[in-house]
Amino acid sequence: MKSLDELAKIRDSRRAALKIREGVPSATEKAHIMMCGGAGCISSKCTDIVEAMKECLAKNGIADQVQIILTGCMGPCDMGPVAIVYPDATFYRRLKVKDAEAIVEEHILKGNPVQRLLYRTPGAKEPTRCVHDIDLFKKQKKIVLRNNFYIDPTSIEDYIARDGYAALAKALTQMEPGEIIEEVKKSGLRGRGGAGFSTGMKWGFTAAAKGSPKYVVCNGDEGDPGAFMDRSVLEGDPHSIIEGMAICGRAIGSEQGYVYVRAEYPLAIERLSNAIDDARRYGLLGKNIFETGFNFDIEIRIGAGAFVCGEETALLTSIEGKRGEPRPRPPFPANAGVWGKPTVLNNVETWANIPEIILKGAEWFSTIGTEKSKGTKVFALAGRINNTGIVEVPMGTTLREIVFEIGGGIPRKKLFKAVQTGGPSGGCIPADYLDTPVDYDSLGALGAIMGSGGMIVMDEDTCMVDIAKFFIDFCVDESCGKCSPCRIGTKRMLEILERITTGNGKEGDIELLQELATTIKSTALCGLGQTAPNPVLSTIRYFRHEYEEHIKEHYCRSGVCEFKE
Amino acid sequence: MATCSCCCGEDELTKQLDKIIEPYRGQPGGLIQVLTKAQELIGYLPKWALISIAKGLGLSLQDVYGVVTFYAFFSLIPRGRHKISVCAGTACYVKGTKMVTKTLREVLGIKPGQTTPDSRFTLEVVRCIGACGLAPAMIIDGKDVHGRLEPEQIPQILEQYA
Repeated sequence: MKSLDELAKIRDSRRAALKIREGVPSATEKAHIMMCGGAGCISSKCTDIVEAMKECLAKNGIADQVQIILTGCMGPCDMGPVAIVYPDATFYRRLKVKDAEAIVEEHILKGNPVQRLLYRTPGAKEPTRCVHDIDLFKKQKKIVLRNNFYIDPTSIEDYIARDGYAALAKALTQMEPGEIIEEVKKSGLRGRGGAGFSTGMKWGFTAAAKGSPKYVVCNGDEGDPGAFMDRSVLEGDPHSIIEGMAICGRAIGSEQGYVYVRAEYPLAIERLSNAIDDARRYGLLGKNIFETGFNFDIEIRIGAGAFVCGEETALLTSIEGKRGEPRPRPPFPANAGVWGKPTVLNNVETWANIPEIILKGAEWFSTIGTEKSKGTKVFALAGRINNTGIVEVPMGTTLREIVFEIGGGIPRKKLFKAVQTGGPSGGCIPADYLDTPVDYDSLGALGAIMGSGGMIVMDEDTCMVDIAKFFIDFCVDESCGKCSPCRIGTKRMLEILERITTGNGKEGDIELLQELATTIKSTALCGLGQTAPNPVLSTIRYFRHEYEEHIKEHYCRSGVCEFKE
Repeated sequence: MATCSCCCGEDELTKQLDKIIEPYRGQPGGLIQVLTKAQELIGYLPKWALISIAKGLGLSLQDVYGVVTFYAFFSLIPRGRHKISVCAGTACYVKGTKMVTKTLREVLGIKPGQTTPDSRFTLEVVRCIGACGLAPAMIIDGKDVHGRLEPEQIPQILEQYA
């Protein structure tokens, strides 16, 4: 593809073919069945259901009138396997192989949706058929996951039909590099990896930095235990990452990008690498893109299982094929990143926002969210919650809305105890603060962090001291060992927590934990160490009584800890 | 991760390893990619492979060893035919990883990090496989996710892997 006309031609012809997914009945096709192909649904054997549907379609002689597409994660993992049937956008959940026949013969042939497979809002008499009417989805706002209900992630033309690569075309033909950076700055987009630094400013620093070549890097080393948002973007809409990175390449004057993905995500690696190949074939990566003289290409680097590699300086070292140990900042990656050259490093979710911001404008984006946190945030809801899965909500949505309205509350009528955000760097937020709007600053004020978006819900059966121990154990395991506060300090904290949870806690242990925590926070080399004590500090802050019960009474109110008397 | 014990001896493996190294010859930056592919080929990273990789990429053996031991993904010892990775991410932990690991230890008679004497299974506890919606979960051979585990299902699941 060389010109904007060609892009528009592909978009228009493909868009016409996909009208059915926007609810417009087609003259030649009866239905498009979008089967969720996220990790959860795949492991619940959704591919077997696809096979059964295909057989049934063939048996009825309508195989050429129905398309079945395996999409990226649709979100409600707990209800999997799930599917959406277009044009009427019927949402089916908990599908089994034996349901394939009913869907084909009742719904597709006769037009009667299969009632027993529809979603029921808890307490409602009637099921809700249309995906757009289901509360769980209505309360969400999809920017990052804009395509997950609609496209085949292995088809570049599906992505183009949804205005894919139109933002890149705009950035290359209608905008100066400085304007792109200005637009991103104005949008108010902040890094979705957790720290929340202004993305536009980061780009600005790198553009201004001396040194060449410059690099664009995507952090897909989603290491937070309990988080799977980046995975769902990489698997469900890989082209959005490629497009976002290419736009940045134009803005800062870079011709080479790297995407760093964890080895634990083989499907994400496969989809992304196919997407990169397709983009090259269509001339959207490579030399002289849209005949503007702009060159850009992307390579995948596979992470080999080290949490610390999510820290930016460690990740950059790992891309160079070395031990992923962090180094002190400054110099920041904007001045000295990969191979010591100026580098922009952003998280998967941040990249996925970029094409929408360029296409629809900073003004549109900044109307969503709160004053200081713009746009949406994708969260991975998990733990003791009914609707586990992926959700995307505007910044400023309260924790209560996320946990109880979208997440459906706690199973088995148990009592909500806390929600943990930010993984091993974050904190536990108790019930009293459920009405806190979720944005970078409010969560920070509670001693938690936004983090990358893991949100683990805990109920009365979760022991908060045990959870603190779990996170510290994680950090001890994942500490790279380069600096002593992290290497030794977290180990000492773990020893204290082990003694508390086995009934050997001593008077003064809580204070000792706090002292160690404060020291580690202020002296560790990198983000991993500096934030490692957060789960301990936040649980002491809100659940000190549980620590005291363990120490003084050898009592664990959740019945998790076993005391050896 | 299949161990190549089917057709080829070390000679054949050496040839195939050379093919993996070739595109990265003299490029130390390719080390992690080469190690990943080499482990895919051989099943683990024996000393002879590390020596060829070091020579091929222009690194010292010490550099290569340093990288191999830094990343959890790489193994210096042979593993079983099937790798069981029990997820110990937060969601799984909250929903019962401890119980899953305990059952696996009992059924297999080995601890995490060990391989059964018949080389059938290697047991590992890993950090988050990103299937939190299915907690507690484990992944076998890096691709088969088994979720919402109950202890009594585990022996049946293992039977599928000879």
